Amino acid sequence: MNIVNQVGTESKTSKENGIIMNEMSASGATAAVAERPLGLETRGLHAWFGSHHVLSDINLQFPERSVTGLIGPSGCGKSTYLRMLNRMHEFIPSAAMAGEVLMDGSDIYAPEVDAAAMRLKVGMVFQKPNPFPAMTIKENVLSGIKLANLEVPNHDEVVEKCLTRAGLWKEVKDRLNASGGSLSGGQQQRLCIARSLAVEPTILLMDEPCSALDPGSTLRIEETIHELAEKITVVIVTHNMQQASRVSDYCAFFLSDGGPGILVEADATRKMFTNPTDTRTADYVQGKFG
Amino acid sequence: MSTTSDLAVQVVEATPTQPWHKPRSEQRRDALVYLALAVVAYAIVMISGVAGPDGFALVFFVEVLLLTILRSRNIGKAKSTNAIVSTVIGAGAVVAFVPWMSIFVSLVTKGFHGLYVGYLFGDMRVTTPDDELNMGGVGHAIIGSMLMVLIATAITLPLGILSGVYLTEVRGRLTKVVRFVIQSMSGVPSIVAGLFIYTTVVTLTESFSGFAGALALSVLMLPTVARTSEEVLKLVPEDLRAASYALGARQWRSSLMVVLPTVRSGLTTAAILGVARVVGETAPLLLTALSNNAFKFNPFNGPIASMPMYVFGLLQIGTEYSIARAWSGSLVLMLIVLALFVAARRLGGKDKR
Repeated sequence: MNIVNQVGTESKTSKENGIIMNEMSASGATAAVAERPLGLETRGLHAWFGSHHVLSDINLQFPERSVTGLIGPSGCGKSTYLRMLNRMHEFIPSAAMAGEVLMDGSDIYAPEVDAAAMRLKVGMVFQKPNPFPAMTIKENVLSGIKLANLEVPNHDEVVEKCLTRAGLWKEVKDRLNASGGSLSGGQQQRLCIARSLAVEPTILLMDEPCSALDPGSTLRIEETIHELAEKITVVIVTHNMQQASRVSDYCAFFLSDGGPGILVEADATRKMFTNPTDTRTADYVQGKFG
Repeated sequence: MSTTSDLAVQVVEATPTQPWHKPRSEQRRDALVYLALAVVAYAIVMISGVAGPDGFALVFFVEVLLLTILRSRNIGKAKSTNAIVSTVIGAGAVVAFVPWMSIFVSLVTKGFHGLYVGYLFGDMRVTTPDDELNMGGVGHAIIGSMLMVLIATAITLPLGILSGVYLTEVRGRLTKVVRFVIQSMSGVPSIVAGLFIYTTVVTLTESFSGFAGALALSVLMLPTVARTSEEVLKLVPEDLRAASYALGARQWRSSLMVVLPTVRSGLTTAAILGVARVVGETAPLLLTALSNNAFKFNPFNGPIASMPMYVFGLLQIGTEYSIARAWSGSLVLMLIVLALFVAARRLGGKDKR
């Protein structure tokens, strides 16, 4: 259990959001943290489905306005981990968890937290593009605002801004009233990104957002991710090593040897791909298994 | 473009064909073969003990089956099995189609005499059932049926859809109980539904009324609407619910704004099936709405006419003209239901998918 990543484990205090990094980062596997304040952090996070232990003791930190890639072979629990970051995990009836997910220093699983309000801050883009079929492109973008009953002065402005940020505006500006389903797969996925952005989340979780897409659309979405990271924190699960190295600032490598998934190593992406501490990470990023 | 035309020079002129379809000549030959088989079948029916249209259909089917078997002797087992099974399935489709056609044809042929322009707008207030067919009408029954079905739909549709939402979206602790109750309700005989409303509403208000009729119809309509809604809502991909929750939606807003609009056409089907279930019901109305020979637009005050009761009453009298009127009434009922279905499909069936 003692997979220690020595890099970047120094304790420090973030003045901007008041998080005090405690000494636990010296004991567990902990992500390397740059000078930036934290957007999100998990401490001793475990997950179960029924009696099946799928994730064990994940300590990871996500610096603000950065892209963190979660990598690892299938079944290592990285998607489960991602879904725990905005409490989508709890919709599975047999799911259980332990540990803390800290956003702005407070646990999102605390009893007084309103999960729906919390998810407004932590958006999510899914593996399969899933625009709402009964809505137009414009309605899809505004759906989050309507679903959460938010007050927005200028709807058209929001639509243009979000579609532009998702890199879709030029392609759809003349057919905003067409159905979301009429777009191509890559466009649908960018529409889903625009939809997530409309409620102005501070964190965006992406679960293999490009796995169903062609190379061209993948490239567009990667550009979008880069632009998003200037303003928000992005966490992306990917099976594609090249993609992880292209889009992420930090990487976290998950692995399961039949038991629960563990965090093997987390560090700056460049270090993970050139000079990882753990040999298993080296083997994985070089494609020797997985 | 230039490369294309350069290439095209060498290309032999091609005509589009569909080699996967039988050629015309073969189709014509097949038609002749089937005609010959029909003639043979007719002859057999004429000279043997087999008689009537049923006998003809049976002989014809056996002939086609034999022909298929004979033809498929030399084409391999898989192909011959395919040919034989196709024939049997085709015959099955025809058999299923026959009762429908038979009902339609007899309704049109027998109900046709009684129709005239005033039929849809007149009532039976001064006309007796034995009067000439160019007098009186079914207008009062149309209005009565419409009123009752409308009220029943207004009661049932929200209730039915809400139970569907409870069973698929809320999935609360009572899910099993609700599903059991709905299933048992769909087994309630229609006369029992009528009796139930009779002992409660009719005896309490001391009056038959269209509203009581509508309540009895609601009892029958609810399980159909609820179960159809549930089935339709089950088809909504879990993705969409997840997407709306990830956007910070609360469950009821997600159901109302994402899930229900996605299955609008399916919910229209639920409403159509519900209406179809009750619009021809006579038994529950017998004890609740009774009947009336005159126009009535107030469903809360006294007996009111309806299409099934109109037909039922006239059939009971049993004279030539009254039976002709009953047939016309049935034909009009069927046409109205058809028109309603088409209208509902047009209005609710437009999925943006």
